[in-house]
Amino acid sequence: MTAATVLDYDEVIERFDPVLGLEVHVELNTHTKMFCGCPTTFGAEPNTQVCPTCLGLPGSLPVVNRVAVESAMRIGLALNCEIAPWCRFARKNYFYPDMPKNFQTSQYDEPIAFNGSLDVTLEDGTVVTVAIERAHMEEDTGKSLHVGGATGRIHGADHSLLDYNRAGVPLIEIVTKPIEGMGERAPEVARAYVSTLRDLLRALDVSDVRMDQGSLRCDANVSLMSKGATEFGTRTETKNVNSLRSVERAVRYEMTRQAAILVEGGSILQETRHFQEATGTTSAGRRKETSEDYRYFPEPDLVPIAPPAEWVEQLRATLPEMPSERRKRIQADWQLTDLELRDLVNAGAVDLVAATVDAGASPAEARAWWVSYLSQEANSRGLELAALPITPPQVARVSALVAEGKLTNKLAREVIDGVLAGEGEPDEVVEKRGLAVVSDDSALYAAIDEALAAQPDVADKIRGGKVAAAGAIVGAVMKTTKGQADAKRVRELILERCT
Amino acid sequence: MPNISRDEVAHLARLARLAVTEDELDTFAGQLDVILQSVARVGEVAAEDIPPTSHAVPLTNVFREDLVRPGLTQQQALAGAPAAEDGRFRVPRILGEEA
Amino acid sequence: MSDLTRLTAAELADKIQKKDVSAVEVAQAHLDRIAAVDKTVNAFLYVDTERALSAARAVDEDVAAGREPASPLAGVPLALKDVFVMEGAPTTCGSKILEGWSPPYDATVTRKLLEAGVVILGKTNMDEFAMGSSTENSAFGPSRNPWDLDRIPGGSGGGSSASLAAFEAPLAIGTDTGGSIRQPGSVTGTVGVKPTYGGVSRYGLVAFSSSLDQGGPCARTVLDAALLHEVIGGHDPLDSTSIDAPVPPVVAAARDGARGDLSGMRIGIVTEFQGDGYQAGVTAAFVQAVETLKGLGAEVVEVSCPHFDYALPAYYLIAPSEASSNLARFDAMRYGLRTGDDSANSAEQVMALTREAGFGAEVKRRIMIGTYALSSGYYDAYYGQAQKVRTLITQDFEKAFESVDVLISPTTPTTAFRIGERADDPMAMYLADLCTIPANLAGTPAMSVPAGLSDEDGLPVGLQVMAPALAEPRMYKVAAAFEAARDAASGGALIHRVPELEA
Ligand SMILES: [Mg+2]
Ligand SMILES: [Zn+2]
Repeated sequence: MTAATVLDYDEVIERFDPVLGLEVHVELNTHTKMFCGCPTTFGAEPNTQVCPTCLGLPGSLPVVNRVAVESAMRIGLALNCEIAPWCRFARKNYFYPDMPKNFQTSQYDEPIAFNGSLDVTLEDGTVVTVAIERAHMEEDTGKSLHVGGATGRIHGADHSLLDYNRAGVPLIEIVTKPIEGMGERAPEVARAYVSTLRDLLRALDVSDVRMDQGSLRCDANVSLMSKGATEFGTRTETKNVNSLRSVERAVRYEMTRQAAILVEGGSILQETRHFQEATGTTSAGRRKETSEDYRYFPEPDLVPIAPPAEWVEQLRATLPEMPSERRKRIQADWQLTDLELRDLVNAGAVDLVAATVDAGASPAEARAWWVSYLSQEANSRGLELAALPITPPQVARVSALVAEGKLTNKLAREVIDGVLAGEGEPDEVVEKRGLAVVSDDSALYAAIDEALAAQPDVADKIRGGKVAAAGAIVGAVMKTTKGQADAKRVRELILERCT
Repeated sequence: MPNISRDEVAHLARLARLAVTEDELDTFAGQLDVILQSVARVGEVAAEDIPPTSHAVPLTNVFREDLVRPGLTQQQALAGAPAAEDGRFRVPRILGEEA
Repeated sequence: MSDLTRLTAAELADKIQKKDVSAVEVAQAHLDRIAAVDKTVNAFLYVDTERALSAARAVDEDVAAGREPASPLAGVPLALKDVFVMEGAPTTCGSKILEGWSPPYDATVTRKLLEAGVVILGKTNMDEFAMGSSTENSAFGPSRNPWDLDRIPGGSGGGSSASLAAFEAPLAIGTDTGGSIRQPGSVTGTVGVKPTYGGVSRYGLVAFSSSLDQGGPCARTVLDAALLHEVIGGHDPLDSTSIDAPVPPVVAAARDGARGDLSGMRIGIVTEFQGDGYQAGVTAAFVQAVETLKGLGAEVVEVSCPHFDYALPAYYLIAPSEASSNLARFDAMRYGLRTGDDSANSAEQVMALTREAGFGAEVKRRIMIGTYALSSGYYDAYYGQAQKVRTLITQDFEKAFESVDVLISPTTPTTAFRIGERADDPMAMYLADLCTIPANLAGTPAMSVPAGLSDEDGLPVGLQVMAPALAEPRMYKVAAAFEAARDAASGGALIHRVPELEA
């Protein structure tokens, strides 16, 4: 495959306006699948979470999972959508081996939620309102493993192996209206949208939102309009975008690739493309020899969903504080500057800090730990902050030990390192590493007396009222106690000894 | 209205994943035409303002609770498979979308 | 031939409970009969001798222990249409494409039968995926009509109707999408009932047309059908379209009807379902039936249902459309037949080759019609319009039932036709379901009860009785009253005039 030519990004922006459309598929974290009672646990042995219904066996029938419908409505409400008073499932007919019935039970022209919006804050604080077209319910497909040829690749494979554990897992597909006028910020907007949506879904507790495990998947539609044009250009749909960073890269790459074609007088093929993580490029999918014809029709095995207004209002009442509102409140409560809030948000530390505060730490302490010390740690390990092997209660405990004078800041960092290294709870690390502050005054007196005796001239100066000279004795005591004494206390005791 | 061509029959057969023979293309073109001509009569009566009916006794909001129900074992799931390998259904190579 | 095979289900159940006969003897008598005549009739695709006898033994143990019978049909043998799954028994739906498939689960109907102590003898022949009116579309050869072995036993449930008329089973299960219980009942002189859509669970019924399919009882008497109806009916949480209401009291209605009094009952003859195109002997038997009903005290009037004329075209859009989608799962990937897997062919090619080899002509034809009717650009003109026709037909029924309690018509325009006679003419074949389809489109209940024999060929004619949704008791009452009067007039049950089969 030869690499496509791309146009310099600045030139792209000079000559074209990008238009985005983002389709996000969210796997719900319900206990069971959309239409059957099979569990949805990730990573089970192949074909052990299946039944006649999700295997599409002859005679089987679907029954809708109530909680999945509630999750769909809560997502719709959180996205400021209207909830359909009456809607249905439809069959989307096409043959593919990972789809047991060779139709996907989805929603077509009657989605459960539509006409919404999501406010997205960019890194510099700019707020962009993304219009939401619809959020609809559907079911996931199984997973194929391609054997032979290049490992795991479909192209050149000899045969494929199918696991239907994922088939029928509830999905919500969230589709934006075209996002226009973003100019050079289009890739950033795409990333920020997915990130904001992910935070929202996490707050709703409806999904694991793990892009790496596929519980959150984004398809990016990108097209370019020549400056001044009024009609959208031909779009491509890029799939296989598995991280926030990839969303941004994929959009940016498609813009430069399409622009290069257009400036040469070529035309864009409407097609599905695949993002290649390794190269940061997209490549064309197989072109279908026949045009898509999904032959949608209302699913006759299911009856319509007509949520009564009371049900919708009950669900609305369960909505948690939205991440954007929460940030505003946190900024006020913790008295943060805009910059401090942004740092907190960009570090992905809002929830962690809040949980640490809930566990008893002060906001300033909690922020200090997560935003400075632990963020660096996460960076160096190539992990997301939340993936570090330490919990907010553990950080809060360390913070409490400092406040109680049982740890110095330096010792506290060692305790945190110990927890990260898997040595156990903070108190266990203190114990095992022998990190507790020497707070036994009699032990300190002994060390002080020893130091005063060793440096009689300094002792005399202190006795003579030169309080500043005490520093030398403090230093000596800290040395003998291996830094595990509270310097302030040591100083007090020295002055007491010398008066 | 209908006047189904051989090409149209071939297109339908592709959509329906039927490897029809040349003979069948002709037979089906003729028969589908006759059938569709006669069923096109439904257009005579059904006006704009008539709502469609899909079920005799109209039901809405039929749900199940989100509770796990025992399903099939891997062995049961694969018992009917034309071919299986490593706990999975073995199928011929898939002409996929990924290049 | 053992006398046991000539008894009704109600009589057999009674004798078993009274220990006049054991359930094992009853099962064995029917198994023997199958062994003797089924080479000729070809009603069964699979006979499960082992499990039938063990189910019968369990019933005998209950009787011996003095336990309450599991149901009023405990110990009675039954023939199950091969469109319902039963764990461990091959299910083919009359198709090669399901060759070798043994389902890992029970249909709800199957489970209810087993729990009721009904003895399932085996699976019966049918038109492939229930598409047809003759069982000629079975991949395993046609079943034959015991009244005349050169003729069809109806379809798609021809195996079930033939098994009843051949005295291989006193009870059978059918499914009725466009008439596949009632039309076979009509041409074999047996009783067939299509309940209200949603009255009998479709879980485990291999779908032909989801919005039309309905399982129901087949028997030789109205009471037997009612007893079976109560066993298989009722709400099922595994079928979203199942009606959450008790089974209508059809047994009581059948017993009530058998007393022979229909005074106060208003019966409507469907104007559209008579005249040209109806075989003379069918019309004569129907007219005679109307006289009988009047004689029982019923008031009979004519009622026009103008949109019934559009039922057939609407049906031949809706059913194939849904079928084209329902049958997509037969793709050689997870179960059933696989052909062309030679490592050169892709999954897509193997799917197409398998479906080409595994499906018969009628199934392919309907898949093609359905694929066409659902295609973008055609949906509104076809499937969409047909769904509107359903509304008009439902309105015709509603209007009719404002003035009458039940509607009647011949079940099918002709008596059993000869095997092969309509095989090459799909449109002629489709006419067999002319009178039965409106009830499928409206989802209302309807049944066929033997009316008499046609003068010109001596073959059975069926009387169709149609009722409003969930009003099955009315039609059972009318059918039972009619059955009693007809039997009395002709000196015994019509079914006993079936010619003796050469064993
Ligand atoms: Mg989708
Ligand atoms: Zn399942």
